[in-house]
This record gives sequence, structure tokens and C-alpha cells, in this order.
Amino acid sequence: MRIAAGVDVGSTQTKAVLLSDNGGVSITARALVDTGANVRKAAEHAFHEVCKAAGIHASDVGFVVGTGYGRYNISFGHTQMTEISCHARGAHFVFPGTRTVIDMGGQDSKAIAVGADGEVLDFVMNDKCAAGTGRFLANAADVMAISLDEVGPLSLRGTKPVKITTVCTVFVESDILSYLAQGKKGEDILAGVHLAIARRTMSLARRVPLEPEITMTGGVARNIGMVKALEEVLGQPLKISPDAHFMGAIGAALFALEKMDQSFESTIWRPEHAADRGD
Amino acid sequence: MSEATKSEYRGSIHQRQKELMMRWYERLAESAATGRPPAVSLMISGNCVELLEAFGMVPLSPEVNALQLAIRHQSLEPILAAEEMGYAADNCAYVKADIGCYIKGLTPTGGPLPKPALVLCNFVGCNTYVKWFEHVSMMTGSPLYMLDIPFLREEEPSHAAVEYVVRQLVELAAQLEKLSGVKFDPERFREAVRCSAEVEGLWSEIKHLSRRHPAPFDAYFDAITLMGPLYVYRASQEGVEFFRAALAEISAKVALKQGVYDEEKFRLVMEGPPPYPYFRTFRDMFAKWKATAVASTYSTVGGLWEFGFRHDPEKPFESVARHMLAQNVTNRNYLQRYEQIKRYVEEWEADGVIIHFVKSCRLFSAGQGDMRDYLTRTLGIPTLYIESDLEDPRYFSEAQIRNRIDAFFEGLEHAKATGKRQLEPMLAAGAASPLKVLG
Repeated sequence: MRIAAGVDVGSTQTKAVLLSDNGGVSITARALVDTGANVRKAAEHAFHEVCKAAGIHASDVGFVVGTGYGRYNISFGHTQMTEISCHARGAHFVFPGTRTVIDMGGQDSKAIAVGADGEVLDFVMNDKCAAGTGRFLANAADVMAISLDEVGPLSLRGTKPVKITTVCTVFVESDILSYLAQGKKGEDILAGVHLAIARRTMSLARRVPLEPEITMTGGVARNIGMVKALEEVLGQPLKISPDAHFMGAIGAALFALEKMDQSFESTIWRPEHAADRGD
Repeated sequence: MSEATKSEYRGSIHQRQKELMMRWYERLAESAATGRPPAVSLMISGNCVELLEAFGMVPLSPEVNALQLAIRHQSLEPILAAEEMGYAADNCAYVKADIGCYIKGLTPTGGPLPKPALVLCNFVGCNTYVKWFEHVSMMTGSPLYMLDIPFLREEEPSHAAVEYVVRQLVELAAQLEKLSGVKFDPERFREAVRCSAEVEGLWSEIKHLSRRHPAPFDAYFDAITLMGPLYVYRASQEGVEFFRAALAEISAKVALKQGVYDEEKFRLVMEGPPPYPYFRTFRDMFAKWKATAVASTYSTVGGLWEFGFRHDPEKPFESVARHMLAQNVTNRNYLQRYEQIKRYVEEWEADGVIIHFVKSCRLFSAGQGDMRDYLTRTLGIPTLYIESDLEDPRYFSEAQIRNRIDAFFEGLEHAKATGKRQLEPMLAAGAASPLKVLG
């Protein structure tokens, strides 16, 4: 049995996944840790945790692929892939019908057009601005003094979403404070916040063809309010996996598995890359 | 990073370019000390350096100074000085760097720059220049001459537009005569125009050599090095000699099948100026993937010659006017830029396009989102859109840009390895010009 790992070092959280291939590929274990200030340590910690969860030793893992912003800081990784390729690959593995991925993470949101093999055909991402990302929601939660886990469910109770006119992650706080001062209900404010992010994300995502099936990945996919708001703006359902948050790590582990077994068709990774790139 | 992930032009041309540009700065220093030769502030886009050459005047290009500062990591100080003065954060960073230099007394080489005998605003495509040059005139106390070049809205300039510009150039010649103390000599002007035509022919040949596989030089990063002599020396014998040598050197590379890398893995077309404050870092991001730019729109800012236009010594005023009106990328309309990129991709056989959006240049960058849509959807060309700035280091987010570039190449690499097309075009290649499709 071959075991491969994917470690996705994101801006907020680090995810690690183990895949085993024993005639069929399956997810063996997952680990999630806060990235914090020490990216290298976060990667090691997540990898250690995922091995512990699977009850194996690190040396049992045949190949490790790093992804996410901190991927170059993974000291034990064999190579790196961008999270764009990894999310596409992971989403295609979990939902093979995936043709579009909408990934909303801590400070990135992106839309990826995915091919029949799970390859990236095209992608767009937010630039220079965290509007439409998890950070926007985190700021909203902070101002309203509630936890991030609460904002989604609470937003669904809103019946009259307020209009959030700013797209700025920083200035949204003053918008919210002003609505609170006007006596607006928290759930209506949150419904407005979710709708604003959904619209912002969709204006970005429409730059790719948005063909169904559309799979949502990234940490924000755990927010039911965001899922509903996006579905409303999109006018079609989203595929959501309980592993949405781990999709980048799953994709990375799939690439790692390909490397281990050349008979497992590998098209993206070729061994000379690591040396050529000096990664 | 290992050496394999960096790229450097291998040859003598870059060294000759440095010497030539140093001589230009020496002439400017001489002008600062003695007033001779008289200097004229002139913008790069669609410049009329031929007319200055006819009077023995030396061009002083604020953009060249600005980019030289940026490439030496010295642009932030003057930018901040201009912002303290009241320039807004989203004003053109070239303007701010230049104005800040006047405030701070900075120059790219540390040597003196002259007070221009004339601030000549050859307003081509960029209306920010109007205010920029007005301010330079105010700060230096030098007279201002404002050339009004109508924006090209049709495929070709009208007869009236050409006539309008010619009349201004004739009037300008009379001004230059007074300022330089040199009598206008039509033969000398014709000779300057003849030199330009020869340089343009040589430059065009060089650019067509990057159609070869592998391309012998990078038509973005290396072309930028050649752009200095192209704009400053184009109308002189020194320029002719430099470009003859450049063509010979690059032709020799073609004969040896020598590319930018030991193996050319990807061929790109680049749109937009580079992030000069991170020029090296940016270049290395492409070197890592052994990707060569085979064509670029930025290298046509000063003039678009690879599709056949030349200055004409038989019609010196008219051809200078036509060059300013229609034969430089900034004064051309967007659909013509689409067409230019489309031709590059098809005729130079590129794998994809990189659009670098310049945050502080709305004029050149506005509409690039639509350009991306046109390239990806209508033509099915893989296109990456990234944002930073050409001069202001504060807009360059290295991790974000690296991530996008790596992801773009991961996709291209998969497509190459499998022989599958990434994007299906709505139009067959060469089916129609964007002017017809979108017009």
C-alpha cells in the first residue's frame, strides 16, 4: 500500500491529508492546525498530526506535496504545486463531474475552470483586496462580537438583508456599526454581508465560464450562509463536500500519489522539475 | 534558486547598450553644465526625436529617468515626496517619481540633469502627460510646447488629422530653431528621418527573429534593454550602428539555434509594462518555467514597426506625423491592440498571453479585464492577468504574483503534456479581426 501526503499551508489554517492507494485511492486521515506566525512549524505540526491520526510514522509516507502560500516553507515536502491546481484536482477527485471550482479561503477567493481530468483550464483570483474572502466575514463577526461559526446560520434567519455598500474588508466594520446604531437586526445585517460577498465573488467568477457542476471549496464552504447566498446569486446548486476545507491538501496528496507510481498517469509533475526550479 | 532558474542575455549587446545610454547621460550632464547641446523634455510614446536631431538637441525623457530609478530601487522616495506635495495615491507613479526627483534633486545616475530648453509635450494617447509636462514646465521655468495629437479612433488617421499634426510640427520646428540657434536644414532633418527608417527596419528584423524556435532573445525583458537606444538614438548614425550590431549578434544566435534557455518550454506574448521595481524578480518567475516572451506590446510604445511602417525621408514631416498618430501602441485604440496581440499569438506561435495591469496607469490598463475575456473566450488563448505597478514598489505582492504565474504554467504544462487544448475558442484562429468581431 502506498501512502502520500498533501500539506496545504494557507494564510489562516494549515491542512494536511493522507491518501492511501491500495487498489483504490482513499483518504486515510486529515489534520487541521492554525498557521500562526511560524509557517514552517505549522506545516510540521499538521503533518505530525495527520500521521498520528492515521497511526503511522512519517517515514511511511512515500511522497509529500506542499501547496498554499506557505508551500515553499515545508521543509519535509518533496515538491510544490499551487493551490489552484490542487483545488481543481481535489474537487475533481471528490466530485468527478466538477467543471468549476469556487474556492473561498482566508484571504483569497478564486474561480477555476476545470477540465475532464481535473486539470486547470483557466482561473481568476481576487487581487490586492480581501473583499469576498473569509477575512471579510471574520471582520464582520468581530464587530458583532460573535464567533465565526455563528455568522452563517444567523444570516439565514435574516428576512430583510441590509445593503452593504462597501466592498472593503476594513470599511465594512463602519457599515455594520452604523446599521447596529440604527437598530437593525443582527441577522439582517449578516444576511446583507453574505449577499455582498456573494455578489462580489460572482462578479469575479463570471470571468470564467462557470460551467456546472460547480464545487465550492475552501474554509468558507463550511459557512452555510455563504453557500446559500452564493447559490442564490448563481441560480444553481453548489457541490459541497464535508472535506471542502481540505480540498487543496487532497489535491496535493493526489499529485504526490502520482509521483510515487508512474503507472498512475502523471502529466503535470515530472521529476526534473524540482531540480530545475531550485525549489 | 539555482542558476537554471535565472535568465541573462548572453552576448555583448546589453553591454553596448549600457555604454550608449551612459553616453546619453554624459551629454545631458554636459548640457546641464554648458547649456549645449540644448535638452528637450519629450515623452517616449510616439516621440518625434527626428526633429530634435535635426537641430542637434538631446531628448530628456522623464519616463526613462523614472524607470531607471525604479530598477535601481530608488523610486519610492520621490514618489512619497510627490504625495506629500499633494499628488494622489492613484496618480501615475511615473509622474510622481519624476516630480519627486525635481523636489528632492535626485537623478538616476546621481549626475546633473539639465534644465530643458523646451518642455515638449507630445501628448500621445496619455492625457496625464498634459498635466505632468505643465508641472515640469512650471518647476523648471522652461517654456512649454503642447503638441495635440488626436487619438486614433479609426484604423487609419484621417487626412485632416495628418495635416493638423504636420502644421504643428512645422510650427515646432520654428520654435526649435529659435531655442537652439541652429537654422532648420531640411537635408539634416531628412537624414535623421532616413536613420530612423533604417533603425526601424533593423529593429523590425530583430523582432521577427523571435518567431524562430527557440526565440533567440526575450522580446519583453531583453527588448526593454534595446528600447533605450531605440528612442534616444533612433534618428542618428550611432543608432543605426548599434542596431546593425544587435541584428548581427541575434542572427548569429538564430544560426546556432541558441535560445534564452537551454530548452525553450513556453512561448508568451506580454501585454503591459513590467514592474520595474521588481524587474529581476519578475523575470526570474518566468525563467523558472523556461518561458520566453516572443512578442510584447510594451516594446511598441515608442513605435510599432514590425508590421511594416517606416519613417519616410521623402515625406519627413508627414511620416513623423503618421508615426505619432498611428504607429505607436499608446495612441491606438483598444481593438487595434487586441488585433496586435492576436497576430503575435498566431504568427509568433505563442502558448499564452500575460497581461500585467499597472495600478497607477488607468489609461493603458483600463479595459484589460475585457481584453482577457476576448483572448480567453473568443480566441481560446490561455491568458493570465496580474496586477502591480510599473514604478511604485508598494503594489507588488511577490507571493500573490508568483502563485498566479506558477498556476498558469502548471495549466499550460498539463496541456502541453497531454496535447489537449485548455480553452475552446469561439472563433477559429485567423477567422476575423477583433475590429470586425467587436466593432
